[in-house]
Amino acid sequence: MGKVPKKHSVADKVRKVKTSAEIKNNPFEVKINRKKFDVLGRKSKHDVGLPGVSRSKAINKRKETLLKEYRQKNKSSKFIDRRFGEYDSKMAPEEKILQRFAMERQRAIEKKDMYNLNEEEELTHYGQSLSEMEKFTDMVNSDDESEEKGRLSAELTASHFGGGGGLLRKKSAGEHPDDDGGPKAKSRQELIEELIHKSKQEKRERQVQKEEAQELTEKLDHDWKSIQTLMVRKKPKAQRDETPVEKPKLEEYDKMVRELGFEMKAQPSEKMKTPEELAREDREKLQKLEADRLRRMMGDEEPEVAPSRSHVSADDLHDGFILDKDDKKTLAYQDGKWNLDEEPVENGAKGEEEEEEEEKVGGGSNEEVEEEEEEEVGGGSNEEAEEEVDDASSEEEEEKDDEEEEEEEEEGEKEEDGHSDLESERESEEEEEDEEVKPEKSKEERKAQQEAAKAELPYTFTVPESANDLEKLLCGHTPDNQRLIMARTQKCNHPSLAVGNKLKLQKLVGLLLDYLGELACRSPPELTTIDKLIPEVYSLCQMFPQAACKSMQTILGDAAHSMEEVLEVKGNAAFPTLDVLIYLKVAALLFPTSDFRHPVTTPALLYIGQALTKCPVRSLEDVTSGLVLCCLAVEYVSFSKRFLPELINFLSGTLHLAVRDKTSAGYSVVPPFRSAGKHSDLLVLSDPESWKSWSRKTLPLSATQQLAFKNDVHADHYRLTCVYTCMELLSKCCVLYKDLVCFTHIFQPITALLSQHLSFTLLTEPLKELRTAILEVLGAAPLARSRLVFNKKKPVPLKLFTPKIVQVLDYGKKRGQTREQKEEHRLRHKYKKEFKGALREIRKDTRFLASEKLDDIMRRDAERKRKVKELFGSLATQEGEWKALKRRKRK
Amino acid sequence: MAPSHKRNVKLGKLSKPSVKIAKIDLNSTVDNILESKKHANDVFDVFEFLQSEREKDVITAVEACSNLFSTLLERKELFKGKLPAEDDALSGECSAEDKYHIFIRHRYNNCVEMLLEHLSHELHAIQEASLCCLMKFAAAEGQHPLEDLDWSEHYSFPRELMQAIVDRLLSRTMDKSLLISRFHEFLEKDDIRYYVMSSIRENVGKVMDKSKGEVMPVYQHNVFTLISNISMPKEESELSNFMVKQEAKHEHWKAAKLIEHKRTFERMWLGFLKYKLPGNMYKKVLVILHDAILPHMSKPTLMIDFLTAAYDVGGAISLLALNGLFVLMHEHNLDYPDFYKKLYNLLEPSIFHVKYRARFFHLANLFLSSSHLPVYLVAAFAKRLARLALTAPPTALLIVLPFIYNLIRRHPSSRVLIHKPSAEDEPLEDPYLMDEDDPAQCHALESSLWEIKTLQRHYHPDVAKTATLINTPLSQKEDDISEVLEITTFELMERNLKQTLTKSIPLEFEAATQLLSVGKDVMGQHFCLE
Repeated sequence: MGKVPKKHSVADKVRKVKTSAEIKNNPFEVKINRKKFDVLGRKSKHDVGLPGVSRSKAINKRKETLLKEYRQKNKSSKFIDRRFGEYDSKMAPEEKILQRFAMERQRAIEKKDMYNLNEEEELTHYGQSLSEMEKFTDMVNSDDESEEKGRLSAELTASHFGGGGGLLRKKSAGEHPDDDGGPKAKSRQELIEELIHKSKQEKRERQVQKEEAQELTEKLDHDWKSIQTLMVRKKPKAQRDETPVEKPKLEEYDKMVRELGFEMKAQPSEKMKTPEELAREDREKLQKLEADRLRRMMGDEEPEVAPSRSHVSADDLHDGFILDKDDKKTLAYQDGKWNLDEEPVENGAKGEEEEEEEEKVGGGSNEEVEEEEEEEVGGGSNEEAEEEVDDASSEEEEEKDDEEEEEEEEEGEKEEDGHSDLESERESEEEEEDEEVKPEKSKEERKAQQEAAKAELPYTFTVPESANDLEKLLCGHTPDNQRLIMARTQKCNHPSLAVGNKLKLQKLVGLLLDYLGELACRSPPELTTIDKLIPEVYSLCQMFPQAACKSMQTILGDAAHSMEEVLEVKGNAAFPTLDVLIYLKVAALLFPTSDFRHPVTTPALLYIGQALTKCPVRSLEDVTSGLVLCCLAVEYVSFSKRFLPELINFLSGTLHLAVRDKTSAGYSVVPPFRSAGKHSDLLVLSDPESWKSWSRKTLPLSATQQLAFKNDVHADHYRLTCVYTCMELLSKCCVLYKDLVCFTHIFQPITALLSQHLSFTLLTEPLKELRTAILEVLGAAPLARSRLVFNKKKPVPLKLFTPKIVQVLDYGKKRGQTREQKEEHRLRHKYKKEFKGALREIRKDTRFLASEKLDDIMRRDAERKRKVKELFGSLATQEGEWKALKRRKRK
Repeated sequence: MAPSHKRNVKLGKLSKPSVKIAKIDLNSTVDNILESKKHANDVFDVFEFLQSEREKDVITAVEACSNLFSTLLERKELFKGKLPAEDDALSGECSAEDKYHIFIRHRYNNCVEMLLEHLSHELHAIQEASLCCLMKFAAAEGQHPLEDLDWSEHYSFPRELMQAIVDRLLSRTMDKSLLISRFHEFLEKDDIRYYVMSSIRENVGKVMDKSKGEVMPVYQHNVFTLISNISMPKEESELSNFMVKQEAKHEHWKAAKLIEHKRTFERMWLGFLKYKLPGNMYKKVLVILHDAILPHMSKPTLMIDFLTAAYDVGGAISLLALNGLFVLMHEHNLDYPDFYKKLYNLLEPSIFHVKYRARFFHLANLFLSSSHLPVYLVAAFAKRLARLALTAPPTALLIVLPFIYNLIRRHPSSRVLIHKPSAEDEPLEDPYLMDEDDPAQCHALESSLWEIKTLQRHYHPDVAKTATLINTPLSQKEDDISEVLEITTFELMERNLKQTLTKSIPLEFEAATQLLSVGKDVMGQHFCLE
């Protein structure tokens, strides 16, 4: 019996089944197990046994299971009734039928897809779909209830008080007669059938009535219309008054129920798009735009699309804005009026305005135009955004704007709310032409369009594979376009769109970073381009942190390595070039600066510190570079407020450069500065009076590379700006480091410099103010501090001598074992027991089977014997008869 | 034997023979000269080439000369002894043989002079060729001395020639370091080294006396390059490599004795250091002093004057002098008064930035490793270092912090600097006097190391971590600072760069829109994109 699912043996099962009292009390059946010792308090389960009963039970069980299996042994086919509850003897047959019916219904309405929110089962009311009813198409239907005036219909009551499905209710109704023990003449099934039949019939009748009523109403309406004109003069009120009288007033509660029933359920809005889908959409959009552009470049005519102005519902979310090409205005009120009529006028006016402005600046340089355009674009799109119910992000807007341009070109509509910078001029020309020869496109126009398309940016790009490719791709474009190119490249080659894209874009991160450095190295450095490309770098970095981190690390590592090499040879190095400064800044933009340890920013900060200590200041350019580094350093530590000694050293050294008289001490300067020497007067004003004409300015970044001054005053102004920047940074540092224990000691040289040495240099108002502010902060810092002590440690508890109490749960068993050992013992014991039990069972099984087989054989033999006997008997009678016949014949 | 000028004229007419031809010519001429005395006058042809403008001509000529005269020297065809004037000899009545010898000797002298001139030639190749040639002559002369060797104390070594070469090498106007480095190859020979050293001493004495206390940077640089690279033998047995083999009286020869070598070496250095040196020369000398000079001197204590003077100069020079002083104190029982006070005063902000930082801390560690130092001194050092650490770069901080910890560990009574629980709780001003020169008076023991507390906020994670060690009692084991002594910023960076590339990299969550934003970042407030 290897099939027994539980570990309990058959004997156990048998024991559990209650045996009848007669048998129990029959002394011939009972076997008493003799106990050797009586143990108090121990309950023995097996002191009395019923061996006969249990044996017979075991045999019966075997007959039910093992024997059946044995009989079925070599047979492959089998009939299984899978109907619900078929083998459950406890269930009443009616119940079975009911359950089956319920299950059937349930299966029918069961949802196909668990997560599919869209395909909801259709809810019905009287066999009509609720969704259709929501539309209130058939007004007559709603009059149903009025037919039975005043009385609540059964259905209504049911819907109010039933609480559950109709089935339940019906069942309970049907059950009553059963309980009463009344005549069971009608079975349940019949009852239900009857019910269904009845309701169907009722319904049919009602339908017929309704149709008749409707016909009548229509007829009445028709007649009414014909006589309406005649009745206008008469009191129409009388008629109207009648209706409320006829209809019973709807009660508040009913209204509520209705409302709740018909209340719009939360409809699933358009599915949230996964990033992959978005990316695909973006790419498709760009591809489409590109195809358009190419087509126009080839000079093909656009299929004419009538600019039909169809209004959209105010609730339209513009979800499918990609698909509808014309920019439809939503129907909405504006200042209490339709926006329908006014808009074209408004747009026209705006367009003209823009045109005028464009013409004005038309003669100017390209860049100016761009700037102007940008401003206007901003303004225009804002207005638009107000008008439209459109919450698209700025980027989307940009894209959309691009789309709109194309439309404009064909339609000649004065609806400009944005366009790429390059075409603006051309477009305006085009528009002028359009005004004159609108109906058909002239040749010139088409040509112009071609040119415009050529000048326009392509919409799809392949990812550049090398630095050269990237440069080729970007060179010759304006900063804004370069940004656009990079953005489009990213979109077209989103990693989810193709397999190799990820690698390509990862490579692009490094290339782009290199390109930034290269831009910074040009003379003059193209910082605006860098500025524009920053968001792209950022988004790429967000996509591929590993790659960005790696390339940034290589850049920083290379810079540090080259500096280290120079340092080893010469002992000091030149200040880092502009590209390195830019990289440091970019690193701060891309990675968090406040981390305790970060694979990029920590080395970057180290590099800054190194540069501030090892690079001697030999010129004003060096001063500027140093100040840039200081700014970066302040930025890096502004969140974490970490202490950067090099920063304070450099700032105090810079102030020292402005001191006229270097002899007086009171502070010490730290390398790379020297207390006196060749370059230690860099920031001393050549003309002490030049401060009078100075005003605050920001320093240009290019000044780190080269500086040229028209005259001494100019140079002096530059010096003053440097000093000012330095002091500003110092005041920031004061705030940052205010909480440090050694604040005063750290700032001691600065206190000395500001209070004693620079008092007469800092004459201008802003400088004076800064100086007093810094000195105030320094003066306010507390000098006293409490002594250092070690952190308090948790006291180590003393050793105690109270005995340790261990709870012993199993007396009389082996002690001193660990829990695992005990468990092992227990399991081993159990295994042994079970094994023995199983062995015994198997033996019994085989014995049983053998006896059955023997039985079979015996039965078969007996049968055979019987048959043989029979045959012999018949033969004997035959023979006897034959002999008797013979004898008779003979006779 | 035709008159020489005629020959010269003839040669002058020969217009620019190609180099190859010149070489063949020269070789054949040399062969001719060597073959028979008839062609002796062809020597002038060679000299003509020697003085030509073209580099290759000169070099071939130098080779030819070296060939010619070394063969002649070997054949002993040069006049020995005191040389009579050429005209006298030619007109005088001696044998034709003698006359020939005298003539050749004169030509030899001319040649040597020309080669010496060439040592100052602007082309290095020529300088080098000439030097090699001269050294070949010197070797040949050593084997076949041109002087009469009658007296016992005269050893056959061409001292005059050597002196002349050294004089030329130690130029007052030209940087000869390249040639000198070539010359060092010859200094492998022990006797050459010995004689060169004494020649240098003579030369230095002569030249510097003339300059009357002025520094002569180029000259002194030359001298330094020459003498700093002299590698002295360590043991007597190493003295076996001689250029001139002395047949007899070997054991009395000075050049064969180590003690004599040492003496000459010592005299040479003292002679050099006696005069005022340019600033960077001081540093260079001090850098090599302890391992290249002091061990090879017979009486190293003679250096004490120089070292004390250097120690008093201050700054980096003092730091470097420490090393020499240490050797003297350690191995030669030098007693230096107020040594620790001076050491204390050496601690300035610049020690963290100078090149010799590692060496200084290594030595300071040695000096302060004594357990017999008074606590006030140790505390003063610890406090001063901590104060200076406020201006130090991270690489220096990684040295200084363990250094201070080690001090505190060695002298447990100085633990009050980081742990003073018994004192009243009210805060107090730092009683330490930074400007006090005397470590005994600076009240360091009454202070606490708040500076290290400050450094717990240092930007570099390693430094900040090290600084937090003072929050708990220090471990017993001393930190080994030798491994951080030579660390550079780049190495520190690389540690961070190599780390954690596998983990995810944290990113800035605030989207960057532009390079400099005026509102937020500090850089945007002060700089613009121009």
